[in-house]
Amino acid sequence: MSSTVDYLARRNPEMGPDGTPVPSPIEPFEVAEPELGSSTMLVNVGPQHPATHGVLRLVVELDGETVVSVVPRLGYLHSSFEKLGEYRTWNQIVTLTDRMDYLAPLIYNCAYVMAVEKLMGIEVTDRCRVARVICMEMDRIFSHLLWLGTWSIDVGAFTPFLYAFQQREKVYKLHEALTGARITTSATRIGGMMADLPEGWARGVREFADNLPATLDEVDALLTCNAIHVGRTQGIGAISAEEAVNYGLTGANLRASGVPYDVRKDRPYYEYESYDFEVPIGCHGDCYDRYLVRMEEMRQSVHILHQALDRLPDGPMDVEDPRISLPSKTDCMSDMESMIHHFKLITEGIPAPAEDCWFSVEGSKGELGMYVVGDGGPKPVRWRIRPPSFVNLSAIPKLAEGHLMADLIMINASLDIVLGEIDR
Amino acid sequence: MTREPVPEPSMSRFDLVAAGPGQGHEQSAPATAEDSVAPGNPSVTALREHFADAVFRNRICAGDEDVVYVDPERITDILGWLHDDAEQQYDHLADVTAVDYGGGRPLEVVYQLWSIPNRAALRVKCELPLDGLAVDSVTGIWAGANWLEREVYDLFGIRFNGHPDLRRILMPDNYAEGHPLRKDFPLRGRFSRAEQTRRALTQDPEDYYVPGEIAERIPQVVETDGGEGAAAGADDV
Repeated sequence: MSSTVDYLARRNPEMGPDGTPVPSPIEPFEVAEPELGSSTMLVNVGPQHPATHGVLRLVVELDGETVVSVVPRLGYLHSSFEKLGEYRTWNQIVTLTDRMDYLAPLIYNCAYVMAVEKLMGIEVTDRCRVARVICMEMDRIFSHLLWLGTWSIDVGAFTPFLYAFQQREKVYKLHEALTGARITTSATRIGGMMADLPEGWARGVREFADNLPATLDEVDALLTCNAIHVGRTQGIGAISAEEAVNYGLTGANLRASGVPYDVRKDRPYYEYESYDFEVPIGCHGDCYDRYLVRMEEMRQSVHILHQALDRLPDGPMDVEDPRISLPSKTDCMSDMESMIHHFKLITEGIPAPAEDCWFSVEGSKGELGMYVVGDGGPKPVRWRIRPPSFVNLSAIPKLAEGHLMADLIMINASLDIVLGEIDR
Repeated sequence: MTREPVPEPSMSRFDLVAAGPGQGHEQSAPATAEDSVAPGNPSVTALREHFADAVFRNRICAGDEDVVYVDPERITDILGWLHDDAEQQYDHLADVTAVDYGGGRPLEVVYQLWSIPNRAALRVKCELPLDGLAVDSVTGIWAGANWLEREVYDLFGIRFNGHPDLRRILMPDNYAEGHPLRKDFPLRGRFSRAEQTRRALTQDPEDYYVPGEIAERIPQVVETDGGEGAAAGADDV
């Protein structure tokens, strides 16, 4: 006990009676300076770490506080969805797709069925096309809002996180109204949607689209010119346009480097060419530009949402083709033929031609490609997802090199990855 | 591209279901060595002119997608030319993957190319026999191919010659059951559930603390009382 008191007394020198501090009683002593900079240190980040946004593990080699190299280690969430898909019929796979990117599940649902419909040569109805555009744009905002929240947490700002999640909750409610589930939506089917849009759903989406810009303005005011935010992101993790293309970056990460590649503009699907929207691009390719690009993308998506809601036509949601669409439940319960028809479609599945098909959409993380190979049967020979975050993340050793450890966290946040999709 | 109209109800619904929707496209003929269709993408014609002996055949899939089958021995020449040539400029490698059709058929390595300046897509495939699963790496052309090729190696067992860092990426480093996306790989793996559990429980996370390439570069200094730890290599970690 006495030693503790002793220690405290020595630790906290007091003011002398005349106001001058009494010199510290700790005597300086001579030791050889440790040799710093001669060797590097390994630091393990993750897999269970909030700043890695999932179960990503980064083994970082540090020289002091400077990152010498980063080695990402993946696979902690590997579920082998592609293998599972080979054992399922085309429609059964839909439930696997939203479990990959749980931050934008509807984009995955839509991209998958769009690829299969292209393989089978199915033209979906006008109402379905517009409904899917609404779903995809809504989920682009949904995913960007999560990115915005976690990004601001990483930069040290807590309030934007709350604002963003307040808006996300509204999308969760819309998911729930549409599909009954908040995250695992599984909303699409080959040739249509799980169900028609519920009563008042379009009104709910419009309300969300009306209210979102005010939130974005608030976050804008908090972050865009904030000295801490600017200081931590400008000039961090910059990559030139040529290198970004060479590394296969897509989405906001590529556009922040000044390459205006957006699948919605370059390989338009679902009449995206007839919607009026801009593709924002950056010019420095650093974290700050990626932030600006995503903020603007949300505003553009709101713009697209309004246009899509305006043109949402009436009519059937599913294609009227007995080879693809199930008969109505009422018919199944009252008509023997419909019951058998339903049974056959469910048990036998829909056969696809022995061809392969690549279809890519602009996902929230980048170019989301689906590659499906059929063999004439009701199950795929191969179902491949081109995971945008996987390819984006592969550039992180290059982006983080030479930056500080704290910047690595910002670079990782700026790439906007989702581990469910990287590991699949 | 548009579907044929739904046939008249003279055909019963059950026959329709059995027939399936697969007749939507004009089916291109089965891909044989002699047979090729007129391509929609001018790059295919140019490719056939430049690499007459290395381009085996081409076909059109899913209505409008050009597919070229090429010689795996020349894959870096062909893809390098597609990347560099002023008229082609396929600067975006969207995807590298493989397809196993099973039944002893060769594995296909599939490259999805996209030209950002020309807005053109091209799918290049090369077929590898099961006893020669190796192809040159294209990491020298696209840095983005690095992880994509690692994934193909991990899940299909196809080796990429000249790849800078060919390790497993999604499966554990010491995964001993094979390559999961091959058709001969059972859905639940090769080992019994008990063996898989035993292996999972005996894993030491420290085994993977130092990845190979870092371990080679940094000798891990292990301090011991005797002061002789400085010589200890990365094996100790």
